[in-house]
Amino acid sequence: MKNILILARKEVQEALRNRWVLATTLLLAALALTLTFLGSAPTGIVAVGALDVVIVSLSSLTIFLVPLIALLISHDAIVGEKERGTMLLLLSYPVGRWQVIIGKFVGHVAILSFATLLGYGAAAAALAATGAAIDAASWWAFLSMIGASVMLGAGFIAIGYLVSALVRERGTAGGIAIGAWLLFVLIYDMGLLGVLVVDQGRNLSGGLLDTLLLLNPTDVYRLLNLGSGSAGLLSGMGGIAQSSALTPAILVAALAGWTIIPLAMATVVFSRREL
Amino acid sequence: MSSETVSVERVAKSYGRHEAVKSVSLALNAGETIALVGHNGAGKTTLIKLMLGLIRPSAGNVRVLGENPAAGEFAARKSLGYLPENVSFNMALTGRETLAFYARLKRAALCQVPELLDRVGLSAAMDRRVGTYSKGMRQRLGLAQALLGSPQVLLLDEPTTGLDPSLRRSFYAIIDELKSQGTTVLLSSHALTELEGKADRVIIVNRGIKIADGTIDELRHIARLPTRIRLKLADREPGTVERWISDTGRWQRVNGHMLEIDAAPEDKIQLLRRAAAEGAPVADLDLIPPTLDELYAHFLSTQDALP
Repeated sequence: MKNILILARKEVQEALRNRWVLATTLLLAALALTLTFLGSAPTGIVAVGALDVVIVSLSSLTIFLVPLIALLISHDAIVGEKERGTMLLLLSYPVGRWQVIIGKFVGHVAILSFATLLGYGAAAAALAATGAAIDAASWWAFLSMIGASVMLGAGFIAIGYLVSALVRERGTAGGIAIGAWLLFVLIYDMGLLGVLVVDQGRNLSGGLLDTLLLLNPTDVYRLLNLGSGSAGLLSGMGGIAQSSALTPAILVAALAGWTIIPLAMATVVFSRREL
Repeated sequence: MSSETVSVERVAKSYGRHEAVKSVSLALNAGETIALVGHNGAGKTTLIKLMLGLIRPSAGNVRVLGENPAAGEFAARKSLGYLPENVSFNMALTGRETLAFYARLKRAALCQVPELLDRVGLSAAMDRRVGTYSKGMRQRLGLAQALLGSPQVLLLDEPTTGLDPSLRRSFYAIIDELKSQGTTVLLSSHALTELEGKADRVIIVNRGIKIADGTIDELRHIARLPTRIRLKLADREPGTVERWISDTGRWQRVNGHMLEIDAAPEDKIQLLRRAAAEGAPVADLDLIPPTLDELYAHFLSTQDALP
């Protein structure tokens, strides 16, 4: 346990020094603030809370940006250290290989959580400062959205490690990471939509659709944040979510699974690798 | 009394079809400095990685401080120091932060960090980023991390590359000090000359096989390399020298006033007596023992002669 914290601390220290933390936080904050004030303009004085609008726009931002940031910091984690030669020295120390992966994971998730909480928190704080009325349910939904965003990021960090453990060169890891991002964020949904349009509801059952949605962490995230409450109404995702058997508990479990399974696979692959 | 700290028994390691190490056995003792010598690709680094447990042997046993290093038991690793061949660190952190990180992992006292940095001559640069360090400075930082936590076994892969002569001297002073505390020090190198007088024992590996193991004197003894005797001739009337040469045999003329002979160990004394005898046309005499490079080349060539 102590080793994991030592390794996590070093990751955070490096990211602070490399300005990674600063850059990510500023990027998220800048985009969140822009969306908050530009995005709330057209709603005018509708019956929905201002923060609910922010949740919808920030969730859409998260789906694109957080996986990208997560893959950027994680794809290099193992293969990069191997290529630079720092891994050889690290593994000659009394640390297990699984501790190396988990330690890095804790560090990277901490960096991402910090950036998300601060970046998105800035948007909510700015909104509250302008005097918008925000009820407790909206605050709760906003906090859940931040939590889910971190979970989504953690999943993509784990996917990045798996890629990093499997390949032999950094360049390959970078390429595969971009491919994974395109697949999960863009191509998968486009394909799914195409299939649904062609099928016209004849063969695809609701159960099959649910399964297909669970097979993409960004869809799980989308359902979780946009499927219920006032956000569901605003985003138009309410329709899918109501006809689906996926409860928030299942969705959270699926998101956790998207972290645990790739992380476990990365650990197994890395443990078997010879240096 | 010497106690064994590292033992390697009939260990083989192959990567696919390539056999990096073929059935090597060796033992290292406490308080001993051992030189592991071989060409690049001879299997030195593979042997060191096997001792660290970074790779598993295809056959045979490795024990370091009583443990199997590849079994995932880490107690022994706390008493192990390793300096990789091309040591590298994260560029973003300072020297002090880097060393503190490794000290925490090894559960070494953090007060060792400034001490060790001072010992390797990095105290002035310890708050600078490692990215700004020169190659020699990184090598010194590498040495400092290997010395963390007073190791009982030090495995140093080509430790003196990139060090200037004065640092090399202070490096060997550190090694001698550790040796007196009973540390086993394994130094690998691709040249034997570099380690003259530094190692108690030399192990030569070539193409994955151990071809020699012993002190330098023992190796000289086994190799039976000839000592070169060089004579400077005194001015004598013509003919004297020729007569003397035909009496004592096999001398070669280097030039008009210089003679040489390669003397086998058992003939050496006899030849010297003759050259130093009354009436010999000799003004001066030099003895050139075989160099370590010649010794090394001899062992490599004897292996090449094997089928």
